[in-house]
Amino acid sequence: MLEVVRAGLATTVQDLGRPGYYHVGIPISGAMDRLAARTANLLVGNPEDAALLECPFMGPELRFSDARTVAVTGAEIAPRVNGQARPLWTSFRVDKGDTLSFDFLEKGARIYVAISGGIDVPVVLGSRSTYALGALGGFRGRKLEAGDLLPLGAGAGAAEGRTVPEHLRRMPEMPARLRVMPGLYWHRLTEEAKQSFFEDTWKVAPEADRIGYRFRGGRPLTFVPREQPFGAGSDPSNIVDAAYPYGSIQVPGGTEPIALHRDAVSGGGYMMLGTVISADMDLIGQLQPHTPTRFVPCDMAEALRARAERRKLLDAIRAHLAA
Amino acid sequence: MARTESRYSFGGDEHLFVEIDEEMSLEAFFKSLSVCTAIEEAKIEGVTEICPANASFQVKFDPDVIAPADIEAEVRRIEARAQASHRIATRILEVPAYFRDPWTTETLLRFRDRHQDPNATDIEFAARINDYPSVDAFLAAFTGSPWFVSMVGFVAGLPFLYQMVERRRQIQVPKYLRPRTDTPALTIGFGGCFGCIYSVRGAGGYQMFGITPMPIYDPQQKISYLQDFMCLFRPGDILVWKPIDREGYDSIKADVEAGRFVPKMVEVTFDLDAFERDVDGTNRKLLEALHA
Repeated sequence: MLEVVRAGLATTVQDLGRPGYYHVGIPISGAMDRLAARTANLLVGNPEDAALLECPFMGPELRFSDARTVAVTGAEIAPRVNGQARPLWTSFRVDKGDTLSFDFLEKGARIYVAISGGIDVPVVLGSRSTYALGALGGFRGRKLEAGDLLPLGAGAGAAEGRTVPEHLRRMPEMPARLRVMPGLYWHRLTEEAKQSFFEDTWKVAPEADRIGYRFRGGRPLTFVPREQPFGAGSDPSNIVDAAYPYGSIQVPGGTEPIALHRDAVSGGGYMMLGTVISADMDLIGQLQPHTPTRFVPCDMAEALRARAERRKLLDAIRAHLAA
Repeated sequence: MARTESRYSFGGDEHLFVEIDEEMSLEAFFKSLSVCTAIEEAKIEGVTEICPANASFQVKFDPDVIAPADIEAEVRRIEARAQASHRIATRILEVPAYFRDPWTTETLLRFRDRHQDPNATDIEFAARINDYPSVDAFLAAFTGSPWFVSMVGFVAGLPFLYQMVERRRQIQVPKYLRPRTDTPALTIGFGGCFGCIYSVRGAGGYQMFGITPMPIYDPQQKISYLQDFMCLFRPGDILVWKPIDREGYDSIKADVEAGRFVPKMVEVTFDLDAFERDVDGTNRKLLEALHA
């Protein structure tokens, strides 16, 4: 049993997600930074898809009722056991009655706290991930609150001191660079807007969560004039409501691009100018509000190369920890 | 339909997006639905999600299993073969609707500063701009024909509804100037040419006309008719509104809570060509099937 003493800002139970129900509006969910989540599980000896805690911007305070192996990956928020500092990206032991707490956020946005045995909440539609908007999965369909008691699974747990070296960790650069494949309704933008979108440095807005990340500060995007199609709505950024890809970037009113993430709304009536490539989705999960961000144009060949590189990195992490 | 050739585009390296038409029409929706059904039946390895939408659809795939060019070629081949189907086997469902209810009225009054007409309610505004002499006349038109569930999504289980009448009779209402931060669960909304039922409480930009006592999404799966699956609606369902008053609302809500309520639902075949030849006659037959 894991007792939540302090919950943090929006701590949720996540795994690698719930594919297969997007056509009825239930998004895939799961860890925003998949690579960090997989690594945390590998460090403690869990299967990569075990349920763990995702904590944005601030760590929780947790009390253990039995001995476990723990690892914290992702953002730089230093863990402490009974007040004693512990390293990030490294497995450590906690004993019965120990308290895990955290320092303030230094870098990145989300930590992943893996515990040997995993968080044993019920599997709903094939996953333990929390989809808070639909009150589905996770712990009672919601973010954690002080006083919650989370069931933990059985699992021996790996030894302490297992670590992943820095070159096998992946965090955004400064300014962040997100590769975007233009497409979908890209043709609705004027030539000026197509250029300025990629030229301008945007900043992550405070509205940045599991549903999507909003960016502001770039020049407003203008649209090719047209008579709006029947059913689309009157704003030039409107389309007949369509399905939204994960990572797709919509621009309501042409002002603030929103990149949809793991808890995406599955469709709607705003034009999308393109899509963040799959290899860079993890990086969005580590962006703090106000982070300067550049969108970098990318074609399918490069997206597939980046995808293969990310897989190679994951294979290297697996090999390192298996050795 | 304005366009004969679909537009293909990739949404990153994991999504194929196909726009059947830029504008909404039942024909575009039918084509989207039938191509999606055919893609599902083809059981293409590497396809993980198929999402039909109003006049477009999206296929999510794993590029490690099937190359982007191959999935596009496969879907194009399926689309070329599938476009003939104008008949679907589907369900018709009755949804009780309490219009001008106290809960959505209270909510809309809180957000008047985000509305086109702060001095009218949403339904008064919609009636006026659609040239109906009264809200009652507007509601008679709103509930007078069935609606197609042309898409399910935005959030879990939310149906988008498309009015089954000729375009000149279709109701159109703009969305709020700025979205509300609150909408009661089960609100009957309207924006553009689409109706909807909000499955969960939350933000929203559609005009609010009323509320239904009939849950359409239950993540706990405690509601008797949502135990097989937590979302009631599927794309292609046909919906019929049944206007109710406060007494009817309270009585259905009590039945739902006691596990006694079962939505009225029958299986029907819908033929788009027959519908286009005789809209009112086809709609009448659908209602007869529901009440038989």
